[in-house]
Amino acid sequence: MGLTEMYGLGIAKGMILTLKHLGRKPFTTQYPEERLSLPARFRGYEFTWYINRCTGCATCAKACPHGCIRIVTAGYADNRYIVDTFDIETSTCMYCGLCVEACPFQAIYMGSGFERATYNVERLTLDKEDLIAAPKKPSLYAQFTLPKPREDDEPSLAEAVARGR
Amino acid sequence: MSFKTEPLVVNFGPQHPSTHGVFRMIVSLDGEVITDVEPVMGYLHRGVEKLAEERTYLQNIPFTDRLDYLASMSNNLAYVLAVEKLANIPVSPRAQYLRVIMAELQRIASHAMAVGSFLNDAGAFFTPLMYMFREREKVLDLFEMTCGQRLTYNYMRVGGLSHDIPPEFLPALGKFLDDMPGFIDEYEQLLSENEILLARTKGVGILPPQLAINASVSGPILRGSGVKWDLRKADPYCVYDRFDFDIPVGKAGDSYDRFWVRLQEMRQSVRIIQQAVAQLPQGEVRSQVPATLRPQAGEAYAHIEAPKGELGFYLVSDGSVAPYRFKIRSPSFINLTPLREMMVGYKVADAVIILGSLDIVLGEVDR
Ligand code: SF4
Ligand code: SF4
Repeated sequence: MGLTEMYGLGIAKGMILTLKHLGRKPFTTQYPEERLSLPARFRGYEFTWYINRCTGCATCAKACPHGCIRIVTAGYADNRYIVDTFDIETSTCMYCGLCVEACPFQAIYMGSGFERATYNVERLTLDKEDLIAAPKKPSLYAQFTLPKPREDDEPSLAEAVARGR
Repeated sequence: MSFKTEPLVVNFGPQHPSTHGVFRMIVSLDGEVITDVEPVMGYLHRGVEKLAEERTYLQNIPFTDRLDYLASMSNNLAYVLAVEKLANIPVSPRAQYLRVIMAELQRIASHAMAVGSFLNDAGAFFTPLMYMFREREKVLDLFEMTCGQRLTYNYMRVGGLSHDIPPEFLPALGKFLDDMPGFIDEYEQLLSENEILLARTKGVGILPPQLAINASVSGPILRGSGVKWDLRKADPYCVYDRFDFDIPVGKAGDSYDRFWVRLQEMRQSVRIIQQAVAQLPQGEVRSQVPATLRPQAGEAYAHIEAPKGELGFYLVSDGSVAPYRFKIRSPSFINLTPLREMMVGYKVADAVIILGSLDIVLGEVDR
């Protein structure tokens, strides 16, 4: 091995470089005290689902590679199915966003949250009530715009439109 | 006076920090010298190839993310190229260029991780890895603003991309490209002259070019052995034939050369992205493809130069919505072929370095 009298010079150079880093600004963010703002397209937890827009067509359920979405409808009225059950099993969901991409009615959006730890795995299945009660912070993944507000929309959609997302 | 000694059999892994996942090597030792190595794998087998036979061509894209999870974009790319070949689907020029940009950014991120964890194995505990993470983080931020995820991108689609880049992407990319060569210089200064690193890696784990070719290894390992073979030049896909870049090759085929080749490839990737950004055309990014694709019966193989080597997808269609056969030629798995030849005769402490220089990802080895 060519370890000549130069031994140690490379290490010294490395040390100098490491010392230089002392003067630089830290690159880290002290979560949870500090939080980064996430990009608009971030695909996250708590799907945003607008029940008044959902027609129960189940295109999203068919698009899902894992079959995480379970939809049961009860009858058909006003050009749409009445959605009885809408469960998203987020414990197996991989947040791929294919369901959102498939929805033809802009009824489902990915969420913007990421803190989804629970004590109980059953809590990870979001049912209709959970989805209605969820904080509606739609991500702009795949659906780049929010729908034009209609009078039967829930107020959270108008708020989201006003916020920009 | 001589003692009668017996070989000592040592298990490396499956839970060992140096194996980068759940990989096991049964190492036979004579004193400190390795006399035999037997790799044991399959701990992370998820049956992706079988799962894929029951899902549509679109639904399989997120599964490819989970093979080499440090280079999901490259996996996406290889898979959609295979489907496009199978079903004869055209791709718009803008999508082609964006695919190249994404694949090269992914190469930088993957090599940063490979170099960082290799140095970790060599004993430079976490400082170089954290420097590398800092750079990789910037690439992940770019990916996150484009497709909403940091690891499993699901970004490529049959016939293009899932969607166009956001307006803030190109300025952020420009800044990254300006900074990156300086950072690579920094690493070289920090590492390539470091005597400890040289002593630990030079002449360790030599893979002769003839053996490398016979064992069908690819990527930086093959090029580290001095064989100038890169699919981006040898069989250009996307628009790689329009860019000017070099293929760095090593001389000795040792662990140091593999490490060095990866550092140089990061530089070349920066060059490619700069040219791609300069030539980036406007237009659509996704061509019209039926929602449920039913390619006519036939077969197709598409391969790309993924960060770890030649990644290929072999698809057979029987005319239905799902592939009849879905075979992955994963570089990490095949790069493990000459493991015994590379390790026998070296000290047990070198085993960690040799394995680290191969840069395997177990998600891809076991699939
Ligand atoms: S994000 Fe993907 S895995 Fe999750 S419910 Fe939607 S389609 Fe299924
Ligand atoms: S695809 Fe959209 S409209 Fe149809 S069931 Fe799913 S969320 Fe409702």
